[in-house]
Amino acid sequence: MSEPLLKIDHVSKRFTRDLGLIQRGLARLTGGRGVETVHALTDVNLSVQRGEVLGIVGESGCGKSTLGRIASGIYAATEGSVTLDGQPVAQERGGRTQKLTTKVQMIHQDPFASLNPRMKVGETIGEGPRLNHLAKAPEVRARTRELLEQVGLEATYVDRYPHQFSGGQRQRIAIARALAMNPEVLVLDEAVASLDVSIQAQVLNVFTDLRRDLGLTALFISHDLSVVRHVCDRVAIMYLGRVVELADASVLYDKPLHPYTEALFASVPTLGTGRARFNPIKGEIPSPLNPPSGCAFHPRCPLAGPRCRAEVPRLRGTTVGRDVACHLHDGGTGVEAA
Amino acid sequence: MPGIVHDNVLTVPSAPPIETRITRLRNFWSDYCRSPIAVVALVVILVLLFVSFGAPLVSPQDPYDMAALDWLDAFLRPGDIGSGGYVHILGTDNAGRDMLSAIFYGLQTSFIIGLSAGALALLIGVTIGLCAAYFRGWVETVLMRIVDLQLSMPAILLALVLVAVLGQGVPQIIGALVVAQYAYFARTTHGAATVERGKDYIEAAQSTPLPTSRVLFAHLLPNVLPPLIVVATVQVASAIALEATLSFLGVGLPLTEPSLGSLISNGFKYIHSDRYWLSIYPGVFLMVTVVAINLVGDQVRTVLDPRNAR
Repeated sequence: MSEPLLKIDHVSKRFTRDLGLIQRGLARLTGGRGVETVHALTDVNLSVQRGEVLGIVGESGCGKSTLGRIASGIYAATEGSVTLDGQPVAQERGGRTQKLTTKVQMIHQDPFASLNPRMKVGETIGEGPRLNHLAKAPEVRARTRELLEQVGLEATYVDRYPHQFSGGQRQRIAIARALAMNPEVLVLDEAVASLDVSIQAQVLNVFTDLRRDLGLTALFISHDLSVVRHVCDRVAIMYLGRVVELADASVLYDKPLHPYTEALFASVPTLGTGRARFNPIKGEIPSPLNPPSGCAFHPRCPLAGPRCRAEVPRLRGTTVGRDVACHLHDGGTGVEAA
Repeated sequence: MPGIVHDNVLTVPSAPPIETRITRLRNFWSDYCRSPIAVVALVVILVLLFVSFGAPLVSPQDPYDMAALDWLDAFLRPGDIGSGGYVHILGTDNAGRDMLSAIFYGLQTSFIIGLSAGALALLIGVTIGLCAAYFRGWVETVLMRIVDLQLSMPAILLALVLVAVLGQGVPQIIGALVVAQYAYFARTTHGAATVERGKDYIEAAQSTPLPTSRVLFAHLLPNVLPPLIVVATVQVASAIALEATLSFLGVGLPLTEPSLGSLISNGFKYIHSDRYWLSIYPGVFLMVTVVAINLVGDQVRTVLDPRNAR
């Protein structure tokens, strides 16, 4: 395999609550005790090849959005690094995250929140390249119109405001804004989740067309398994801040190995079998404030053994193109031994 | 992608109605006109602005020109005809000044002070509020604690102390009023900006990336502006009232540079000797001005409030 374009290397992210001056002093005195820490990501390793679309799937609260924001340089990782072509994507300086590249662009979930309501669409799309000196103002204007047409809108829309558009149109504008920066990697954070199903299809078509035409590399974050299957080459399943399974989409959908992946697929309502099957996963996702010991999934796992409660399973390759973090596929859960 | 209708088929290029700045302004105006009192207040303000800044044109006398004043004209009652041969509609003061002219000129001083103090306080307060909300951490702590500290003191007290230190004169008064009032702008901006800052479009701008100044002034600022317009109108009114208070207390402007406050103060000495017009008429003008500005500000707030949107 060639050198990956985007490399997420042993990334962990922990959030602490914003403390006031007095509380911060107290925390320092007690050595950080009593400060609540959210373990959003723990030791995530992923790499994306040029031209590949990697899907990231998980329940809400599993850290997939945090991963997207770290990959696109909005947050800096607490540990580990994200590199694009060997160059770091962001750095921490003076307590603030500073993005170092224009080559990773993010598309947010909610197009009603991600566009500045008081800025014309043309300015929203054009300001990035203009202020980053990627092109001169007249070129940017021409390119803006071109981009609007490329995402299926009219070039004359440049002088309109976001509130004059529907959700699907807004999401296209957000895509055009991201494309204006000539990105090498797009991070789509639930980019179609807030749209109607028919509009989802349209926006996904725009995305697949662009992918074909521009050879885009992308991180596609979603909780919608059917959408991910359609769009992605490889899929990473996340649970409570860790990647539990990573495989080619076709292989994964064919036969999931991790009990969580299996449960996730089983929970998708299916049509056409005569009666609708719907098996939700039992239990709640545990709190990332206080993750369970061992395998994070063990409290909900029907196959958990003593080893699952004690030891964190590593993500390791089983067959070609397939990694899974489960003791079942790495020497057993300890049930047999007991 | 089979099974999914391609957008060429589905999207009808139905253009949403084009809403330009002009139509938005027209909508704003028609919403504004739904309150007749506010329209009257706006007309009153426009008239007052005209007579004050056009004072040399519309007032019968130049109250600054000592040579034009005549001692014999002192304390003429409203409606009397003085040595100049014209009717003193609001009478004259102890130096023979035509009260109407003095009020027009005084109103001009009041407006200049109120508007420039309001504008400067807006500029400083907004910058502080935006920076505090955007940078958070110790910047926010330090800036907003100072603002809180100041808001816990009455503005008049602070202004009194400052004028006592800085001395008399228009620039000094403006300076004192700015220091006394920027905190209101800072607090309002901070509140609105804290809400806006959490929205995705700010994150999108940061992750493009855009320069911090651009995020602050092109993205954050326009979205916190509506509540500020309201605060600004109210603060202009309160700056005019504050200045009048300072002048009335004798630490503001001298009578040679009359503002409404110094006129009231000057006439106050004679109010018990049946010469009510020296104090009452400037007072009426002050009250009308302040009330009118507040009414306009109230209506602007009502129109801009999205809950009242049509």
